[in-house]
Amino acid sequence: MTGFYTLLYKELLRFWKVSFQTIVAPLITVLLYLLVFSQVLEEHVQPYPGVSYTAFLIPGLAMMAVLQNAFANSSSSLIQSKITGNIVFVLLPPFAYWEMFLAYTLAAVARGLAVGAGVYLFTIGFIDLPLKSPLWALMFAVLGSALLGALGIVAGIWAEKFDQLAAFQNFLIMPLTFLSGVFYSIHSLPPFWQELSRLNPFFFMIDGFRYGFFGVSDISPYASLAIVGGCFLGISLLTLWLLKIGYKLRS
Amino acid sequence: MSSAIQVRQVHKHFGAVRALDGVDLEVKQGEFFALLGPNGAGKTTLINTLAGLARADRGELRVMGYDVVRDYREARRALGVVPQELVFDPFFTVRETLEIQSGYFGLRANDAWIDEVIARLDLTDKAHVNMRALSGGMKRRVLVAQALVHKPPVIVLDEPTAGVDVELRQGLWGFIRELNRAGHTIVLTTHYLEEAETLCSRIAMLKQGRIVALDTTHNLLNRFSGRSVRLKLCPGHLPPALKPLMQEQESGCYTLALSDYPALERVLAALRAEGVQVQELEILQADLEDVFIQIMRKREA
Repeated sequence: MTGFYTLLYKELLRFWKVSFQTIVAPLITVLLYLLVFSQVLEEHVQPYPGVSYTAFLIPGLAMMAVLQNAFANSSSSLIQSKITGNIVFVLLPPFAYWEMFLAYTLAAVARGLAVGAGVYLFTIGFIDLPLKSPLWALMFAVLGSALLGALGIVAGIWAEKFDQLAAFQNFLIMPLTFLSGVFYSIHSLPPFWQELSRLNPFFFMIDGFRYGFFGVSDISPYASLAIVGGCFLGISLLTLWLLKIGYKLRS
Repeated sequence: MSSAIQVRQVHKHFGAVRALDGVDLEVKQGEFFALLGPNGAGKTTLINTLAGLARADRGELRVMGYDVVRDYREARRALGVVPQELVFDPFFTVRETLEIQSGYFGLRANDAWIDEVIARLDLTDKAHVNMRALSGGMKRRVLVAQALVHKPPVIVLDEPTAGVDVELRQGLWGFIRELNRAGHTIVLTTHYLEEAETLCSRIAMLKQGRIVALDTTHNLLNRFSGRSVRLKLCPGHLPPALKPLMQEQESGCYTLALSDYPALERVLAALRAEGVQVQELEILQADLEDVFIQIMRKREA
């Protein structure tokens, strides 16, 4: 297991060494969103009874940051290694493919949680935010970041250039996170868009995560957990298979 | 005792290009072996299939008896590869790079060996410098160190001295020779043929994915060009009896082929018989470059 731990350690060290970019920068982005949206919408919107818009917004933004950073971590690590060629240092050692999967995914979870925790700790200093069932929140944060971490491995393996990865990020990850109920409850949407939102896996991650804070959600957290868990399983199997056959890694 | 490397009927194509076209090769444990060939001959592809960086379409490869596909973990543990490209991870220092690489191979507490490799490759005062800040030659040393960090019984060096200064080249080969004497099997590819000639006991030459020569360095040198003698004569005409031996004529000097040393006596006897005097005489030994050129030309014809 030493090999696996070393790979995990290296992946953690990789983002930790540039934590200003990988943790502090996304933290500031989220806080800017929070500042602007809560300022503009606080008076107008009350998504759940007794929950202010700003309080509602924080878990959504935190989860969005968790997911985006988890994805960014594994995908950028892989594409950088591929483009600079130092991926050989990971391909030459005797790693089992599941060891590679686990190391990259866990490092992505760690970065996602680090950013999410940053958002949470910073905002509770200013805003009264309940945390009704922390276990639910943690479960969704871990599972969601693992799912995005695994998806990041797929994207990092598939992409051959930085702009291909950027396309993945801009045309898939960004729209799905933005249209997932980060900024609104889907009950405020017209029926068609409500139905469409239910096809978006990101919606269930954010809705379930929010349940951990308020004890209320758009749909049952058990259903969300099952759906997110199912997605994670599916993406994990795909990732493991790609690593096993060496897709785009071993010619 | 199993062979260090066993390659059986390995085929590999990239699109229409046959990178490896039925390669058979065996390298015994403890050998110092050279893999030569022009660019695009398939040397690096062969190394990549051996290391698991590429997959053969057909055929079988083994490292220390372990199949590189079925027993890939054992095979990779037995192999240390110095890649041709000058790659590095810009996030880490030299020492971190080596500690991480050592960990990848499942080794903890490998500090003594890491220190020794660092010292032997003259990296001690760079140990805590970030990889980005190193010169090309220094990065090359780190690549060599990374390949040695798990003490693999088989070490493959893919053009390790390309773009490296003389001092490092000497130092590097000194170290690699020592490892070879300690029992490590060494396989190297190089464009510096004199390197292969002085270091390696056996040589394989690859061309267009096929092995076109495979023999001891000694036999290759003998079989292909033998020796020759260059003579300056007075009067400056070559007796007709010696014409069949002539290889070259240039500004009054004749180069004649010698099948062996006694043949020199027959040449001199023929000259004496014709009353021709020898003014200058030089025995020419074939070097690997001649052999290489001859073999590569022969296959084109």
